[in-house]
Formats: sequence, structure tokens, C-alpha cells
Amino acid sequence: MEDPMAAIRETFFQECEEQLAELETGLIAMENGTAEAETVNAVFRAVHSMKGGAGIFALDSLVRFAHVFETALDKVRSGTLEGTPIVIGVFLRAADVLADLVRAARENGSVDEARTATMVAEFDQINNAGEAPAPAKAAAATTGLFEPVPEESSTWEISFTPRAELYAKANEAAIILRELRRLGDIDVRLDTSGLPDLSELDPEGAYLTWHIKLTSDCDEAAIRHVFEFVEDDCVLLITPPEPPGFAPGTVITGDNGFKFEFFPPSEEEEEPEAEVVAAPPPVAREVQAPPPPPKNQAVEVMAAKAEAAASVSATIRVDLDRVDRMIDLVGELVINEAMLSQRVLEAGIARASGVAMALEELEHLTREIQDSVMAIRAQPVRSVFQRMPRLVREVAAQTHKQVRLVTEGEGTEVDKTVIERIADPLTHMIRNAIDHGLESTERRLEIGKPAEGTVKLIALHRSGRIVLEVSDDGGGINRARVKEKAIENGVIAPDAQLSDDEIDNLIFLPGFSTAAKVSDISGRGVGMDVVRQSVAALGGRISITSRPGLGSTFTLSLPLTLAVLDGMVVSAHGHTLIIPLSAIVETLKPRAQDVFPLDHEINVLALRGGYVPMVDIATSLGYSEQPIEPEQSVALLVEGEGGVRAVLLVDAIHGQRQVVIKSLEANYRAVPGIGAATVMGDGRVALILDVDAMVRDARSDSGARAPEQLVLTDAA
Amino acid sequence: MSVTMQADPGNRELIAFRVGKQEFCINVMMVREIRGWTAATRLPRSPRYVRGVINLRGAVLPIVDLAIRLGLPAGEPTARNVIIVVQIGNQQIGLLVDAVSDILTANSANIQPSPDVASDLVKTFVKGLLPVDGRMISLITLDNALPRELEAA
Repeated sequence: MEDPMAAIRETFFQECEEQLAELETGLIAMENGTAEAETVNAVFRAVHSMKGGAGIFALDSLVRFAHVFETALDKVRSGTLEGTPIVIGVFLRAADVLADLVRAARENGSVDEARTATMVAEFDQINNAGEAPAPAKAAAATTGLFEPVPEESSTWEISFTPRAELYAKANEAAIILRELRRLGDIDVRLDTSGLPDLSELDPEGAYLTWHIKLTSDCDEAAIRHVFEFVEDDCVLLITPPEPPGFAPGTVITGDNGFKFEFFPPSEEEEEPEAEVVAAPPPVAREVQAPPPPPKNQAVEVMAAKAEAAASVSATIRVDLDRVDRMIDLVGELVINEAMLSQRVLEAGIARASGVAMALEELEHLTREIQDSVMAIRAQPVRSVFQRMPRLVREVAAQTHKQVRLVTEGEGTEVDKTVIERIADPLTHMIRNAIDHGLESTERRLEIGKPAEGTVKLIALHRSGRIVLEVSDDGGGINRARVKEKAIENGVIAPDAQLSDDEIDNLIFLPGFSTAAKVSDISGRGVGMDVVRQSVAALGGRISITSRPGLGSTFTLSLPLTLAVLDGMVVSAHGHTLIIPLSAIVETLKPRAQDVFPLDHEINVLALRGGYVPMVDIATSLGYSEQPIEPEQSVALLVEGEGGVRAVLLVDAIHGQRQVVIKSLEANYRAVPGIGAATVMGDGRVALILDVDAMVRDARSDSGARAPEQLVLTDAA
Repeated sequence: MSVTMQADPGNRELIAFRVGKQEFCINVMMVREIRGWTAATRLPRSPRYVRGVINLRGAVLPIVDLAIRLGLPAGEPTARNVIIVVQIGNQQIGLLVDAVSDILTANSANIQPSPDVASDLVKTFVKGLLPVDGRMISLITLDNALPRELEAA
């Protein structure tokens, strides 16, 4: 990192992501009525910290919006604004806008100004609707930050006397003055009368006072905002501009003897106060505590902050590369340990000897270390789930449907690599559920369902895999239409007899969309077949169950980690290969009478009434010139992308094992037909077969038997 | 045995190794480690000079047989062969050679251009010739050691 600021900035944005997630979670809890007293504070804190951080990086639009947001949240917190569903709805949308602003700031991109402005207007509205007239005025003033209300400029008089603490906290009067200048024209006079003789001067003391005349149309809150972080460490006197009819610039009282209590602006006091002001010397008000959050509340915030800080310190951020490196090394340790045990056995040392016993201990330890290291990468799916409410809101708005998202099992842990890659399929499934699954609001009411449709997102662990379910309470799959369409597209024969389940799963076939018209939400030229493919690429499976009139459920099952794979160890012409278990349908011993030549190269195997092309792994990978005799081989029926099947012939099967996936591309390049590599117990590298490529080879004319040529084709 | 030059900013440390009867050298800064030969796992559909991949502490390391790559007579590697692990850009590869022979210091003035008559193969790899104690050591570049995506045939 050459630029330390860039690193800090990056950290800020990472924290923003976390705070946005927290904000969303909190707001949703408020929406569902499961909020606790602390929730509102947490939500407020999230917005407030983002505002603070954004201020450091001078992200002005972010600061301004966060400020408006924060103001409204603060009202909810203090009870002046009720957290009605409408208000929470505005907050949720505001959280989306805030997320956009953060992203725009991070990527130096632009934001939809109109949307931001609309949002501010909405805040304005809820503030007006939900409040007594007086605070509404304050809210209007705050939004004025955003859309400057034309007002006559007037001159504020500010006297600012920093105390030593202000400097001790690394604040700087000059910066504050500079900030003030952004509000309007300023005329600054430095009062050095407090400066003692040099002999009495405390080098760390504070003796200066600034008298500032600010000509601006801003309100007091805006001025106070400039002093937000130093207010407790200075003597600050803000004299409001003269009411019309009075000559400006009559008085500044820097004298400490003058202490006036602050009167929160309110309707009743407006008039009498005006009279007070009208009385001869215009009044300077000294404020000791910032008015909006009274002191006890500020203390509360501080305590909450400290609490949050305590919980943060329980975790650390670690570069993923470091964890990966550690996983690699632990994998090596396991292999080395196995080799060592082997050598010890070979050396003829008795199993009961101290050496062998110690080795056994070592083995236990290494396994435990391996598990622990893998656990470091495991993360709850919460981070992905948290992105979904926003998606639901947007899609619901686009389709004019009312949708409620219910999530369960956010705490289900899965490897980071998997987390990163489930977001896209999930997004698609949820879009699909809202757009195609749920009926329109009118239709729902017609058939006696609640107007609001429910989309449920569930994560759970099942037999060593993570299962994600997306279900809707819509109309279910229209089987007649699906079948009709499948026949129309030539996917199935017109007279084909299909079970309900088989019809439902037709939607995963390429080019299939059951919606009468292609909408711009789900129908972006991407069908469920793409989802299925991307899921299959992760070693996962997807299926659907549907009950007419009651809804559909998509079930997505994925391995818990992409760093490890369950594989079948096979050998082909003396070479050890791994075939991913997820691709294998069954293993069989082919009989000579079931093998038929299709052409001079390709044989097919008769299998339960169908013919499946056979792929000889050894010749196809160029290990051997001589094709294996089918009856001498072991056949594996595999299923590739899109459910295409083939039979792979190998010499022998050596059992199943879990292997750690190693990239070939890292130091070499992709090899056609090979998905990745792994390290076996003897320390040697074994290759993991790319079943999809093998199945494709069996189907395509390019033929796997001309390896060099194939490489060219693949690369072109 | 080694040629020591006066300290000069142009000086380079080179590592010399034998492949068959010839001697070659590369910049020592590229070398990450030197290890004995271990059987490699053959990679299908790869050029002949890629001997396969080995496990280098958890990373998969491709092994380039320099003899085949440079068009020299090659035999099956034995335990006497050596793998020089080098860093090229973001990748690490292993070079299969017969033996490491020397560490040299040379500056550009010592390095002779290779004669024009040489084959394309030589032109691709040999960047200069270095006379040392009556021997001739070829300075080679490894930019093209691994097959490129399009050049695999």
C-alpha cells in the first residue's frame, strides 16, 4: 500500500458495508415488530458512523444524506416520530439510497440525484406528517441543507473560544473556520486579549478567541454542525441574526458572565421570545450541551459505542490469501504426516512403540488443525441474505406486487468461496419467484389469498451440504402450459408421458420461459437453465417442487466448500484421476453385448432402453493409443451440464475420497478435459476430471481423439 | 572458478546449469529454490516439453523439460536431475535441468550477442553468450518457457 489514506478509505468502505447490513437488519426487525429497544439505537449508530467516516473523506453528498436520514432516525429514537410502517418503508428505501451513495463514493461513480432528492422529500413528508408543527419546522430546515430554501442572507455572530482539550484532541480551529466559510461569507477577528505574559504562558494552554461574522442563509443547526465535534471543548456563543427592523452587528458578548439557557424552538415560545429579542440588547445564548441529543442520551450513545467497540475487537480482518495459504500448508502437513507414518511403519517400528504412539497423536492434531483452519473460512450466509430484501423491494415495485420476504437460517455457515457464488443464483430464483411465481395482487384477492405474497428463503445444513430453499405462495407451475411449450419448442415429443415432477423440471431446460410475456425482470434472456448451469458448475443441484395453486419451492443444494471436493479415485492407463462424485450417477460393469459401434470411433452403451455414448478416458486424454476393451473396464455413468449423459470408461475404481482442489491455472493454464488438480496422500499430484468437457467431447464432432487439434479449437 | 567483476551497477548475478552437454544461465533473482527430481503427473493435451505437474508445498507446479524445450536430446529424468523453481511474473514453474553448475557475476559488457546463424529456437531463448574459463554459457530468457494458450499445438 503506497497510499496509507487509500487503505484507510478501503477500511471505511468495508465498515460501511457492515453498517449498511446492520442498518438493513435493524430496519427489517423494526418492520416485523421484532425490534428491541437497542435496535433503534443500532440503526441510528450505523447511519451516524457512516456520516462521521464520510465526513473524514469529504464525501459531501453522503454526509448530507446521512445527516437527513440520521435526523429522522433520531426522532424515532427520541419518540417524537412514530415508527409506523410508512416511516419504516421510507427508512428502508433510504437505506438503499444510502447504499447507492456509498457505492458511488467507493467507485467514484455517479448517483441518481433525482432518487436522492425524492428520498429527501419523502423524509420531509414523514417528518411533517408524523410530528407536531414545531419540530417539522426543524426538519424542513434540515432538508434545506439539501435543497436550499431561498432565504435572505443574514449575519450571524459567533464567538468561539477553544479550550485546551480541543487542541489536545487534535482538533484545529483553522479547519473549523474553513468549514464555516463554506456556509457563507465570514469575517473573522482574533481576540488575543486572553493571552498571558510569556512567562505565565502554558505552552499547551488555550488563550485565543475568534469573533466571527457569518453572512449566510443557513440556520443555527448548520452552524452548530460545524462545531459538532468540538462543542464540548470550547465556549461557543452563537448570536442569531437581527430580526428584520434591527440594525445588525450590535453586540457580541464574549464575557463568560453571560449565561443564558437554551430554549428549544417551539411554537408557544416563538412569540414571547420574539418579544424578548425585541428588548434592547439582543441576546446572546450560550449553550453548554448540544440541544438535539440531550446529555444523558449522548452518554447512552457513548456507552453503546463502547459496547459495539468491545464486540468488534472479538474479530479480526484477515486477508483471504493468508487463510488460503494456511489451508494449503495444513493440507501439506496432513500429507507429510501420512508419509512419515508410512516410513515409520516401513522401518519396522512396532505399532505399540513410543514413536508410533506419538505419531498417532500427531495425526489427531493435524486433522484437528485442518478442521479448524477450514472453519476460519466458513461464514454465515447472512451476508448474502441481507442483500435480498432490497431486491425483493425493487422487484415488487417493478411488478406492482406486494411481497413479504421471510428468511430463516441466516446463521447457516458455509465456505466463503461458496457464499460469493450463491448470490447470483439466489437473486435469480427470487426474481423468478416474485415475477413468475406470485400472482398479481388483484388475482390474489380474487382467489381469496392475502394481497401480500410471501417469498421464503431458507438455509440449512443437510448431509454435509448446504440447502437453500426459495419458496413462494403463488400459483405454482402451470403444468399444462409448460408441457405445451416444451412440445412447441421440440424439447419433448408430443406424445411423451411425463410425471408432474418431470414437467416441473422442464423449466430448467435451455430456452424455457413460461411467462406469457418476457418481462424485463426475469426475462433478461436468461432462463432457469443458466441458474442450473451455474449451480452445476459449483457442484450443486437444483430442483423444483410445485403444488398448483399453492406455490413452488426451488431447492438448491451445494457443497459446503469449493476448496474441497468429494471425488471418486480412478485409474486410466496407470494414471490416477479424480472424478467429482456429484457428476456420477452410477457405476457399472459393461457387457460386451451391450456395446454398439456408432461410427468408427464412438461406441454407445445400451442402458435401460437408451443408448449412451462411451468415452474412453485413457485415449481421450492421450494417455494411450489403444482403446480399452469395454468388458475389461469399469464404466461410470455421468451427467454433465444440462443433464447430458455419457459413460466414462476407466481401468479401475480405487474408492472415494475428499480432495483439496488446487488450481492448474495459478502456475500453468487451463487444460482441456481437466478441471483442477489435487495432492494425494503420497504427495503426488492427481488431476480432477472435467466431466462436462468429457461429455461434450463425446457429443461433438471435433472428437477427443485429436488432442492437439482440440487444444487449438478450444483456445480459438 | 567464478568470474568476479568489479562492483558495477550493470553487474548481474547469474545461475548456470547444465542441460546435456551445454551450459545455460539465467538471472539468479528469478530462482526461488532448487530441488531434486520427483515424479511428475503427466498433463494431458499438453506439449511434450511440459513434463507434468508436481506438488510444491501445496501448489501445483508445472515442470518444463528444458532439454526438450531447447530442442536438445533428452532422456527420462532420474534422481540426479534437478528442478530449478523460477518465478515468471505471477507464476512459478519448475525447470528440469541436469545439474546446477555455477553462480556467476557478469555485466552487459561480458555478454556477447548470439550469432545470426542460429535457429529460431535459439533466437527465442538465447539472449547472449557468456565466455567463462574457456566454456561458453548461453544466457537464456524464460518468457516463452510455457506454452501460450494459442501456441499449444
